[in-house]
This record gives sequence, structure tokens and C-alpha cells, in this order.
Amino acid sequence: MEFSDLIRTGRAQAKLLRGPEAPPLRGTLCLTGHHLLLSPGPQATSELWLLLLRSVDSIEKRVASDSGTITLRCKDLRVLQLEIEGVEASLDIARSIEALSSLESVITSFPFFYRPKGLRLGDAWHFHPPERYYKRVARETNAWRLSEVNEDFSVCPSYPRAVIVPRSVDDGALARSARFRQGGRFPVLSYHHAPSGTVLVRSSQPLTGPQKRRCAEDEELLRAVLLGARPGARGFIVDTRSSQAAKQARMTGGGTEAKAAYPGWKRLHRPLERGQPLQESFVRLVEACGDLQQSTDSWLRRLEGCCWLAHVKEALSTACLAAQGMEREGACILVHGAEGTDSTLLVTSLAQLILDPLSRTMAGFQELVEREWIQAGHPFQLRCAHSAFSHARSKHEAPTFLLFLDCVWQLGRQFPLSLEFGEGLLLALFEHAYASPFGTFLCNSEKERCLCEVRTRTHSLWSGLNQPKERRKLRNPLYAPNPLAIWPSVELQSLRLWQGLFLRWIRPPEPSEVAWEKVWQIVTDKEKTKLSQPTVSASEPQL
Amino acid sequence: MRYSLWMQATFISEKKYTLLLEGVKVENVRLVDRISSKKAALGTLYLTATHVIFVENAPDTRKETWILHSQISTIEKQATAATGCPLLIRCKNFQLLQLIIPQERDCHDVYISLIRLARPVKYEELYCFSFNPKLDKEEREQGWMLIDLSEEYKRMGLPNNYWQLSDVNRDYRVCDSYPTELYVPKSATAHIIVGSSKFRSRRRFPALSYYYRDNHASICRSSQPLSGFSARCLEDEQMLQAIRKANPGSDFIYVVDTRPKLNAMANRAAGKGYENEDNYSNIKFQFIGIENIHVMRNSLQKMLEVCELKSPSMSDFLWGLENSGWLRHIKAIMDAGIFIAKAVSEEGVSVLVHCSDGWDRTAQVCSVASLLLDPHYRTLKGFMVLIEKDWISFGHKFNHRYGNLDGDPKEISPVIDQFIECVWQLMEQFPCAFEFNERFLIHIQHHIYSCQFGNFLCNSQKERQELKIQERTYSLWAHLWKNRADYMNPLFRDDHSQTRGTLRLPTTPCNFLYKFWSGMYNRFEKGLQPRQSVTDYLMAVKEETQQLEEEREALEERLEKIQKVQLNHTKVKAKQSEPSKHSGFSTSDNSTANTPQDYSGNMKSFPSRSPSQGDEDSALILTQDNLKSSDPDLSANSDQESGVEDLSCRSPSGGECAPSEDSGKDRDSDEAVFLTA
Repeated sequence: MEFSDLIRTGRAQAKLLRGPEAPPLRGTLCLTGHHLLLSPGPQATSELWLLLLRSVDSIEKRVASDSGTITLRCKDLRVLQLEIEGVEASLDIARSIEALSSLESVITSFPFFYRPKGLRLGDAWHFHPPERYYKRVARETNAWRLSEVNEDFSVCPSYPRAVIVPRSVDDGALARSARFRQGGRFPVLSYHHAPSGTVLVRSSQPLTGPQKRRCAEDEELLRAVLLGARPGARGFIVDTRSSQAAKQARMTGGGTEAKAAYPGWKRLHRPLERGQPLQESFVRLVEACGDLQQSTDSWLRRLEGCCWLAHVKEALSTACLAAQGMEREGACILVHGAEGTDSTLLVTSLAQLILDPLSRTMAGFQELVEREWIQAGHPFQLRCAHSAFSHARSKHEAPTFLLFLDCVWQLGRQFPLSLEFGEGLLLALFEHAYASPFGTFLCNSEKERCLCEVRTRTHSLWSGLNQPKERRKLRNPLYAPNPLAIWPSVELQSLRLWQGLFLRWIRPPEPSEVAWEKVWQIVTDKEKTKLSQPTVSASEPQL
Repeated sequence: MRYSLWMQATFISEKKYTLLLEGVKVENVRLVDRISSKKAALGTLYLTATHVIFVENAPDTRKETWILHSQISTIEKQATAATGCPLLIRCKNFQLLQLIIPQERDCHDVYISLIRLARPVKYEELYCFSFNPKLDKEEREQGWMLIDLSEEYKRMGLPNNYWQLSDVNRDYRVCDSYPTELYVPKSATAHIIVGSSKFRSRRRFPALSYYYRDNHASICRSSQPLSGFSARCLEDEQMLQAIRKANPGSDFIYVVDTRPKLNAMANRAAGKGYENEDNYSNIKFQFIGIENIHVMRNSLQKMLEVCELKSPSMSDFLWGLENSGWLRHIKAIMDAGIFIAKAVSEEGVSVLVHCSDGWDRTAQVCSVASLLLDPHYRTLKGFMVLIEKDWISFGHKFNHRYGNLDGDPKEISPVIDQFIECVWQLMEQFPCAFEFNERFLIHIQHHIYSCQFGNFLCNSQKERQELKIQERTYSLWAHLWKNRADYMNPLFRDDHSQTRGTLRLPTTPCNFLYKFWSGMYNRFEKGLQPRQSVTDYLMAVKEETQQLEEEREALEERLEKIQKVQLNHTKVKAKQSEPSKHSGFSTSDNSTANTPQDYSGNMKSFPSRSPSQGDEDSALILTQDNLKSSDPDLSANSDQESGVEDLSCRSPSGGECAPSEDSGKDRDSDEAVFLTA
């Protein structure tokens, strides 16, 4: 298939409106296989304007007598308006954008063509392999080993090649435990909390089924988890479904761990919203944010109605519960829901951020996202196929990753000095998860990425983000390493709407930017003064 | 250690009042933590002539909670339970104290005493008449001179060709709730003013509130006209003409009635009402629709009830917040201010503002508009001037609105609280536009109710003069000014195009810009506030930069000397540079970070070791209490809105606390400290 087949009209004259605060742009509109370009013409001073077609979420066209208006709603929640000369041209362009923005094929997507200057293919793809995290764990404890039982992705198609498992359990037992877990996601190490010696483990639901099946190897695996921590250690299974939903899952072959089969483990149910209801919550929130005509009361009513903040609260408090169990109770924690690829990862990654000072650094956070989301098999391609505007609803979309970013933002708001990265990084991750020139968020699992040769044929987002010119945008100038756990407040008054994301294109950006400049100035002033201290090297002469 | 010394000092000054009262003292009282009702601190309750004091028994901390009687809003005695008799004290600064007193009799005594103490009947009973910050007479007088309104009018560029100082209200002859010094249009003769005043409620005739020198437009204020259904007053019409003429650039003025139209029309039946456009030439009349003091009082009440809900869901909270209407009212006030600011700065048209009596909504709206228009009011001193001008001098009824003396509860309403919140909402939208920070606003709110300083006493300038306030009490402004370092906004940029001149508000109506102000309404629930304060951190950084700067200068001087000496001694020895003692700036974080709250809900999932949490919390709050002693009274009330950050270990003076020690500290030992606390 050639892109040119889909491009009905290559160019047209157009005016671009970018929201109430930005001035409109005029020029020649060009459509390529991956981009929409607006070239302001030779005499104009402003630069070329470029939009990745993949980031278009929905498109709406209206025609008048001799022109057409296309409204593009983007996955990063931007709303753009194109006024195009000529009815025919505008309809053609609209259809072309529609076709090009919804291409399914991964290997024809832009990351496979993107070759930015200054970056080398293959760079940064090996920044965060599981092996590297294992090295850290191995320094802290001897109870765990790196297993390559999933070398060819046959045991669990959504796990990476290497996973960290209890040393005392052999690969055969792992494979059998995998058959007892949905999608083969047997319990693996997510995080080792060195100060308490406890661990955070994640998996999918056990396939207990209506017959209440058991699996000796799975039971042994979880026993080994407790023994690895310390003799007599206890564990909690945090099930991210309600106990009723967990029971119901048995009818379809799933279920929960039976109490008698797993001595030492106690089950807690903390229902988290997932899947379609979560997506709807996102859609309704974005709708409410876009409606500028409403009264204050109806705004609050809609904020309440969409429940987004309630989801934030639930996610954060479940993560806190897991973290508290480890740090305060000295217990091991196993987290799973059903598939173990969504709310499970939400809880494990947030719990680490709360407990682990390293994961709050720039590199550590990127490592956390890579390890706990991308390699852990969060199906990004399915979940982030569409954002809040699309009318083409498939049932796989869910803003779980966005919910994670929002929770991180809440942590950052409550502990403004404790995260090395700023809002900029979170916004960038949101954008790139939904549409990106980089390959990092492509596909649904490590297996798929291998098949598509993502690592060798696309650039890694991390190498893009870690370029020196990006640093200032992404870093938190206030950062001071905090060796303690950061326990957020999950009271309602403490949680706020993430305006920087949801109102990013609606509220005027300048005041916060001006403030940010000032923060940087204060901090760099200090650095400069410090550097300019004269070195009193000269020994004081004995007088 | 600073803390204990300081407390001693306070005790000395308190002692004589303690002796005055036949000392109510109740032991074994429990103070219940509001967030998790499981936690309670055992201690002793004291009632003095001025304060309620609760001292915890915990031997290490002896944490003290001080509440001024004037802060007490309501006292509620609840049904006796097995554990004792609960007493709920709600404060005007949004503190909520739940005490459990073992004996019903004691509880009743405390209740009766507090009811009396919280409702003084004479001004002389108020704290400001006994409060003595140990300043001599001269210092006190200087304090009162810090804010000078005649200077302020000069700053605006007055008097000039169009406006003059009028002595028509000398000795409060025309209007007893107005100040004696007022600016009026030059063409308004005494005859016109007096005539107009007779046609206005409480004789509050149109007078200047703010003059915008860039284009001669002005904001004037008054009360409603006594127009009824058809009454007219030539002098009043002339007065409005005079205001229009004082702005030669415009051929009309706006008359803004800040009430909802319905309310204004209802007033006509009582012989009051609003200006008829047919009778006044060249006016454009406009209703704005801010609700009256009773609606506002109920709205705040409802919002506080939402804050008090026990473990509400997110939906309960947002629904309750919406239902209270509070943010809608805040937006209405802001919208009125924005309308006026735009009329003045963009259209160059003068505005006359009134409501009913012209001392509540009018004060709110005029001061919000002034704040938007003039960057001076966004500075620390300018903001004091603004409150002095639009609120204190123009006769906002502080005593009635804030219930300083026992009075009609229907007169009480959070009018200035709303203005203060408007300022905060603006600060959130324009983080660099204000010289002062959130703490400044919170402390002003606190002192409006505390009656510790004389500024906000009484209902008018006249009453204050009769009471000789300036000779008998101290000024809050001087106190705040002295501690201004605590109130600075490190992000303030007076040089930026965005913060100079009129604040540019977004053209589209943005409801989401109005947020619940947790820092005010939940300020005593430390657990709900951000755990680290950006403001304090940046101030500390700035302070350190300055210190480094000074140090460098000193070192350079020394270097010069050394070099001179070295010219003589030619021998040079290389040595390692002296490590800067500030190198440990990025120390570990506050320790509250290490205190989880109750995340398990009612599940009691971790029954084994949780009970220690409560003690940790309170111990931590105490440690913060030690930090900011700049405002003794506030500290005494365990009021630390600055966040939990222990900056003392960062600031150069407290350098003993080495960062390496802290970060290397075993977490368990860390915990142990809390447990013993």
C-alpha cells in the first residue's frame, strides 16, 4: 500500500486557528504520508507548522459555498481548526486525514521513518533492561534470580524475555504456574524494598474457575516469595477488583487465590475502575473542560459526574495501601486484577514511586515506566489507540497510563521538592503514549516489538528526551533528594484537577510559564553564586 | 529550643491574665483528631481570660493548642458518651476543636464559661486592649503611621484639576460611617454633596475610591439612592454629572449596582432602590448580581459542612461544594471587579459602584477592581493600604460582620473573607503578580477575627476615634511589616510585562479557574496540605544566595589582603579549598513524608502496628510549631500553614543539622523517635 493512494489532494490554501490565545496562521497546507504541514509562504517569518497525523483523534468537516472548515481534535486534547479554500479541496483533505490518521499497520507508522539529527538508531534501547534492575535486586538480596524461561515468549506472550523470580523455584515450576494464570502472567518480582526486606510481586488472576482448581507450583511460588523475605513473613494479595467481581470471574475460568491454598497470604479487595468506564470518565472530563460557556455550578457538577478525581483517589490510596503494607507492616504484597496488565501496573508502579527514592529521579522514573509499563506488557497500542475525542469506539481503549501520570502529578504537587522530573516529562509521556515519532510506546508487548523489530528500526523516546536541550523542560528545578517514603494525602481536599494537562490548550499558558522562568532563575542564581565563590586556596600566611 | 524559650516569654506576658480569672482547669481531657477519630491526645484544658489552652500530657512534647476567645464561633455540647462529654469548638479561622471531657459537670462549666468569654459585650474586653508586644509609645505611634491614606491619594495623583479633598464630612457631620477626608469632583459643591447625601442610604454619598491617572477614569462608591418608585434628587443627579465631568475623556459613566436586580427592585418598595436612567443623563446602568450577606453566610456554612463530612466520597465532596454555591459567589465578585477594571482601563469610563448600604459588596468589588488595575496594591504595603482604604476607612462594619462583640448573628457574614479569597484565586492564576504570599492572606484573615490588634475594631472610623484605638492598641500593619520576610512571594516579578499594569484576565469565562481553597478552609488539617512548601524553599534558596554573595565579598576582601601580604612573603602553599558550609543545601526532606495516613479505610487490614500513627502526626505538627515564631499568637494557635518542611535545617543559621547524617539515618530509628514522642 502506498500512502499516495490515500492522499486525494496534496495541498491547499488554508488558515489555521489554534485556540483563543494563539494567533491564526495562514499559508499553504500540505499533506504527506505522516504529517500535515502548513507553510506560511516565503515572506513570512514564522516557522513551518507540523502535525503528526497519528495524533489526530477525530475530524469534523463543514463546508460553506467556497470553502470548508475542518476541526481536528488531537489525542493530546488540542483542538485545531483549518479553514480551507475550495469545497472540493477541503473535503479531499478531510478524507485523506481521516484515512491516514487511522492506519493500523505498525511497521508503516512514522517511527519507522523518523530519523532525527543527532540521534543514532539503537541508542537508549538498552537503557533499562530487566537485567539491569536485577543487578540492583541482587545487591540487596539473594532470594531472587533472573529467569529466562520466557526466552521465546512461549510461557507468557506479554512478559519480557527475562523476569525476576524466587531463586528456589525452577523454570519448570514457573511454566506450570504460568498455565494457572491468565495469559501466562505468573507472579514475578516488581520491586524489592530493601529497608524492610519485603517485595512487591505482580501477576494476573489465577485460573481457579468454577471447579476451584489449584496449582501446586503456583502455591509453591507464592510460598517461596514469603520465605525469601524472611521466615514467617506474611503477605497480602491486593486484588484490584471487588470481591464480588472476583467471585464472578470464576464463572469464566478466573477467580482468586483460595485462602486455604496459600497460607500466610491474606486477600484485600480494592476495586479500581478500568476499561470502558474509565475511558468514559476521561471522555466526560475532557468534554466538561472544553465547555467554556457553562456556569460555575454546572462545571462542578460535571467534574463530579465524570468521577475522574474519584479514580485518582482510588488508585493512589490502593498504591499507598500496598506501600504501607510493605514499609510499615513488613509484609509482602502481590497485586493483580484480572489480566494483570492495567490497574495492576498502576498500583505497583505508584507504590514504587512512594517508597523508592531512586524511582523519583529522572533516570529512575524512566526506568520505572519502561520496566513496569512497557516491558510489563501494558497494551499501549490497544489502550491508546484513541483519546477522548474519537467517535470510533472500540472496547479496548482505556486511559490507565494517563491515570498513572495524573497520580504522579498529584504526588508531585504534594511533594514539590521530591521528584527530579517536572510536569513537562509527564506531559511528554502522555503525548508520546498516544502518538509519537519514537518507537517506545509502539505495540502491546515485548514480543510484538521483537516481531516488528522496533528496537532496531525506530528511535527510543528515552534518547529523544534525554538530549540536553530537552532537560530544562522536563526537570524539576526544586528537586532535592528525599530518602524517605512520600506518603500523599488522599483526602478530597488534597487532590486537584491536573489543569496542566486537561486545560493545557484552554487556559492561557503564560502566567505559569512566567512563574516557571522565575523558579529557574532563583535556583540557577544560587548555583552561579556558588560556582563563583573564590577558592580561598591561598594559605593564610602566618602573621 | 527556640520554642521553649519563646513559650516562656509568652507565658510571662500571659501570666497576669491567667491570674485574673479564677482559673478553670480540667485534667484528663482528650483532644480528638478530626481526620481519624481514633486518635486522641490526652491533656489538660485551661481557660484564661483571653485564651483556651490545651496542653498535651505527652512528656516530651507538651504540645500546646491556644485558641483566642474572639476566634470562637460556636460551641456545641454533644450528648454524653461512655468516654465522657464531647465539646465541639468551631473557630472563625476554620479551626475545629473536638474535646472530650470526662465529667459532665466539668464540661458544663467549661461550656458556660466559654459562652460568656466568647461573646464579650464591651470593646474593652477584647484582647487588643490587653495585648502588649512590649513596644514603647513611640514605636506604637510609628506603627500606626505606617499606612497613611493621604499619602495614598497623593500617589494616585490627587488632588488635581478634577478632584479635590473635601472637608464636608469634618467631624462626621454628613455621614458618620465615612471618613473625614474624602476626595470628590472639583465641581461638586458642598451644597451638592449634602443634597446628594440626603438622597442616599445612611447618607453615604458618592465619593472617590480609586483614580486611574493614565486616563482620568475613576471608581467612585456610594450607597443606594432613596429613589423609591419615582423620587428624584437634583443634587444627586448633579453629583453624578460632576463625576462624569471629572473624566473629560468620556461622555458617560457606568453606574454598577452589585445586587441582583430582584433585590434592588424589592428595595424600591421601601423607598430605596436604584438610579433611573431617564433621570440621570449620560449614565449606563448595570446590575451585577452578587448575593446579600445572608446568602453568603449560609453558603460558607454549607461549604464548611462539606469539609466536616466524615469520610465523604469524591462525589459527596464536589456535589456539596457545588451545592454550597461558594465558588459561584466568588466568581460573581470577581466578574464584577473585572467588569469595572475593564471599563476603567480599556474604555476609560468612570464607574460609580453601590449595593444597598455600600459597605459590603461595594467594598469587595471596588477593592478587587483596584487590585486588578494597579500593581501597587499587589505589593505588601499596597495591599495593606487597599484594605485600609476600601474597608477600614469607608466604614465596613467589622464588628458586626465578624462578631467581635456579642451581637445580632444575622449581621455576621464572611464579606472580607470572600475578598481575601478573590485575591488568592488571582494569586493562583498569576503566580508572579503579587509581592506577598498565601500566608500573608491567611494571617490577615486570622487577625480580622483575633481582635489582637486594633485595626479592625468597631464599625466605623468615628467609633474607632471615640475609643482612642490608636492610643490604646497596636497596629497589625506594623506587626506584619516587621515580619515581612515571612510574607514574601519569591516568584514576584514586578518587571514582567504580564504583571505590570492591569492584570490581563482571559477573555473566555473560565470556571475551572476558581478552586477550593484548601490552604484556608482546611488550614488546621496539616495532613491535607502539600507536604513541602515551594514558597519557603525558594525563599530559603534566595536567602542562601544572598548569604553566599556576602560571603564571597568577604572572601574576596580577604583574598585581596592575603595577596598583598603574599607580595611580601613570596612563598605560596597550595591547600584544599575550604568546603562551603552551605554545600549541604539539598538536605533530606521533611519527615512527615514518612507518615502515611489511614489508607485502608474501614477495612482494618493492618491491625497489628498502626496505632502509633496518631502520635507521630502530632509530634510532627509540634515540630513545625517551633519553626515560625515570627507571629507569636499564630504559632500559639498551632497555625502553621507554611507546610511541613523543616527549613530550619536548611537555612544557614541552623547549619548544625548535617544532611549526610539525616539521609544516612536508619528509617527505623527515625520511626522510633516518633513512637516515643
